[in-house]
Amino acid sequence: MKLAVCINHVPDTATKINIAADGKAIDRTGVTYIIGPYDEFALEECLRLKEKNGGDVTAISLGGDTHKETLRKALAMGADKAVLLKDDSARDSFAVARALADYLKEISPDVVFFGKQSVDYDDGAVGVMVAEMLGLPSVSVCVKLEIANGKATAEREIEGGREVVETTLPAVFTAQKGLNEPRYPSLKGIMGAKSKPIEERPASIVAGKTELIKMEKPPAKPGGKIVGTDAGAVPELVRLLHEEAKVI
Amino acid sequence: MKILVFAEQRENKFKKPAFEAVKTARSIADQLNAEVIALVVGGDVQSIAPSLGGYGAQKVLIAEDRRLAHYASRAYARLVADAAQAHHATIVLIPATAMGKDLAPRVAVKLDAGLASDCTALNVEGSEIVATRPIYAGKALTKLKVNSAAKVFTLRPNVFAAGESNGAAAPVEKISADLTEQDLSCVATEIKQSSARLDVSEADIIVTGGRGLKGPENFAMIEQLAEALGAAVGASRAVVDAGWRPHDEQVGQTGKTVSPSLYVAVAVSGAIQHLAGMSSSKYIVAINKDKDAPIFQVANYGIVGDAFEIIPALTAEVRRK
Repeated sequence: MKLAVCINHVPDTATKINIAADGKAIDRTGVTYIIGPYDEFALEECLRLKEKNGGDVTAISLGGDTHKETLRKALAMGADKAVLLKDDSARDSFAVARALADYLKEISPDVVFFGKQSVDYDDGAVGVMVAEMLGLPSVSVCVKLEIANGKATAEREIEGGREVVETTLPAVFTAQKGLNEPRYPSLKGIMGAKSKPIEERPASIVAGKTELIKMEKPPAKPGGKIVGTDAGAVPELVRLLHEEAKVI
Repeated sequence: MKILVFAEQRENKFKKPAFEAVKTARSIADQLNAEVIALVVGGDVQSIAPSLGGYGAQKVLIAEDRRLAHYASRAYARLVADAAQAHHATIVLIPATAMGKDLAPRVAVKLDAGLASDCTALNVEGSEIVATRPIYAGKALTKLKVNSAAKVFTLRPNVFAAGESNGAAAPVEKISADLTEQDLSCVATEIKQSSARLDVSEADIIVTGGRGLKGPENFAMIEQLAEALGAAVGASRAVVDAGWRPHDEQVGQTGKTVSPSLYVAVAVSGAIQHLAGMSSSKYIVAINKDKDAPIFQVANYGIVGDAFEIIPALTAEVRRK
């Protein structure tokens, strides 16, 4: 089974975000980057599918040289091959999807995995866009996946429950938290990853379809009111919610 | 100019975000002198379709087939894209629900359109629409334009007002579904309801418990307060990672981003990734022993004290009212 996983290199979710002087990007000073948290579930699922069904896992990342760090982590966790589609420009989801789809078309995997969204731009669109560009079915936000006899049964998270989806293969899936528990890379894996090559090739150039006008911090919340320090403050709190906020 | 709205239904009932999207389309259409057409896809939707007129749809298209009773991503996406093309709609609005977020990227690719997803505001500036969308789970906001001829926007639920229906009924036009094998290569076959009464992504009030509750057994008092308020139970990441609560309750950057009318954070310190996911709530109440906990920075009302003493009292007071 040929497995591919697209992973992104993103600011740690514990990072405070500041806006760069041009108002069009974040200030990268002092920001720690990690593998996308959802991409890690995607990678783990590919590794498990490989362990069960045989095959190989290719990890792909679109971005600058810094993304090699995340690809190196994927190799350490057990990916067989890593590919960097080099591109330093800012792209919208459409342009990212097109470049990934162009590469994936060449290698035609049976299963393509993405994280359900990148935790930077939160678009949650690239995986499904790639599926549509490749003419493949897709199941997004998967919390469970079973593959047998060339078919997949997935459960995707919806409001108030899960939707069971059946699909033919090849297909694209996007991973939600809860799909699995990602492994820690072993020492052997980490050492091995250092000597594995990362294939580099230029990403196909595509114009985006959206234009960023500006990026800004959300308006600061005005200071709140401390109503009290014990259960004695409860009636006043309920009164405020009822009469001032009018939310209960 | 025409605006097409995908009006999501499940089990032949509209979801509230469908009304929010139709109403938003109406407001944009009034500014751009455009027409609002809604599309409903499903198994048996004829009887509910006209009601979209009450929110501003001038015409409702319906694509019915019993095989569309559950969500089928490829069929739904093709029907939306075909309807947009057939009616020359250049703006497509879709609710940013589980279904809509899955549908919109496919529709965008089919229409060769740019996509602005999970928007929290759409403003008409001149003849253009400027979308506001949060990024980094709300730690920053972007304003953007879609430059392609066709434009797709998804709207974050519970942010755009649906208002009340004015009671008008819109004319309904059937379109043929003509399902192909490819359309049905990926279909939902059943829905497993979660045991929770209410999901955080749909709730108007959320009561979230954090690590300060010391153990999973103490969530009983969170559940009781939630029940008294008609609220959903939420959980912080620490609590989910510790296995105390299921991950579908997690609020924050690696959980759900929510904007209820009232968010009650109990024994939640307010890690940056949690604040990112809930600070756009309309009113926030924080109950925490630590007066320096970051959650108080975003709270409208706070009690600095012991949750074990305050929560049962709060539940009793809410029940009494």
